[in-house]
Amino acid sequence: MEKVMRVASEKGVVIFSRSSCCMCYAVKILFHELGVNPMVHELDQDPEEKEMERALSRMGCNAPVPAVFIGGKLVGSTNEVMSLHLSGSLVPLIKSYQTLT
Amino acid sequence: MSSPSTQFATSRRMGIYEPVHQISMWAEPFKADCSPNTGTSTIIEVDTKMDKSEDTSQGTIGSSKKYDQEANKPPDKVLRRLAQNREAARKSRLRKKAYVQQLESSRLKLTQLEQELERLRQQGVYIGGSFDTSHLGLSGTVNTGTDAFEMEYGHWVEEQSRQVNELRTALQAHVTDIDLRLLVDSGMNHYYDLFRMKATAAKADVFYLISGMWRTSAERFFLWIGGFRPSELLKVLTPQLDPLTEQQVVDVYNLQQSSQQAEDALSQGLLKLQQTLSETLASDTVVAGSYMSQMTTAMGKLEALVSFVNQADHLRQQTLLQMSRILTTRQAARGLLALGDYFQRLRALSSLWAARPCEPA
Repeated sequence: MEKVMRVASEKGVVIFSRSSCCMCYAVKILFHELGVNPMVHELDQDPEEKEMERALSRMGCNAPVPAVFIGGKLVGSTNEVMSLHLSGSLVPLIKSYQTLT
Repeated sequence: MSSPSTQFATSRRMGIYEPVHQISMWAEPFKADCSPNTGTSTIIEVDTKMDKSEDTSQGTIGSSKKYDQEANKPPDKVLRRLAQNREAARKSRLRKKAYVQQLESSRLKLTQLEQELERLRQQGVYIGGSFDTSHLGLSGTVNTGTDAFEMEYGHWVEEQSRQVNELRTALQAHVTDIDLRLLVDSGMNHYYDLFRMKATAAKADVFYLISGMWRTSAERFFLWIGGFRPSELLKVLTPQLDPLTEQQVVDVYNLQQSSQQAEDALSQGLLKLQQTLSETLASDTVVAGSYMSQMTTAMGKLEALVSFVNQADHLRQQTLLQMSRILTTRQAARGLLALGDYFQRLRALSSLWAARPCEPA
């Protein structure tokens, strides 16, 4: 879906979220800890919420939130982000987007 | 048990005044070791020994001399001393009897507790170390999901002990890396089995899982979202993995850091969940029908708890996986052994704590 891809490319790190979702909040906190200020797009505040949800599910995000995009490419949901981080592969991905100390 | 009586018997045979041993055992000065039967002769023996230190040439001849000396003392003093000795000996025997009885009853109680535990384990109820009956009786409803989990977990712990012993034996016997690899893989898979079991149990009753009631009391002390903190376990294990290469040290440190960051993120997410649940329940339900919507929202929040427990277990699993990649087979085997031993000791500690004698109120 174009809107999803468009939003996903607006910033280096983009998290598709829902304002009531605490796991999305946890993922956002993790990126903050790594010195990144991700763009959080709240689906429940978007008029096209349903289509975007379907699009994300088709791309492989079961939840479908949180859905994390880095450099415009889908990384995955919480599981994938956590696995990447523990394997040491997340930080290299976000290196160019680290702004906070 | 044998040493106090041995000391007792030895002293009697030697007839030597041993204040130090008796004081520490029966907590009262012990004047002389004698029974009503030996009476006078024992006293004589004592005197003989004491005199021997002064004049060794006397030998046995001295004993008859001492007997005369003894007879020359005022008879009432002798009689009084005899009586005092008899009394002291009697009191000592009574104290010893009381002490032995206390030990025997404690032993009996411990055996009974062990049997009770075994009986309940066989019935499929895992109690852990706390003998906390509130979990057993008061819930009323039968939750087959958690009952099944408890039974499975009991088996899991037994299998864990068996595997740990196997690892220990293998490491001591210096088996080949290939054989060790098999044991390491079994060990890892065993942990993965646990996480699978927990995922199923989380769907049945997430509060039960998060309460840690299926674990022993000392383990519960370290509880973080239904289990152990991976970063803390790494801190426990790493010193036991020496020697590590420089690269390994860096890798383990990075893993620890990453895990800590992930744990913090999850903890904060959970806090947010608590806050929003609290806010949901605290909001005023003036408008009719909003009570139901309030409850519906709250129920949705609780569903999210399941995903947090699953994420925490995912973190534990990933930490194990990464460690197995960083370490050599032998190091991984040592790590699994150390981990197994650590949990076993925590469980043993829980049992000891539960069995400790309670002071009367």
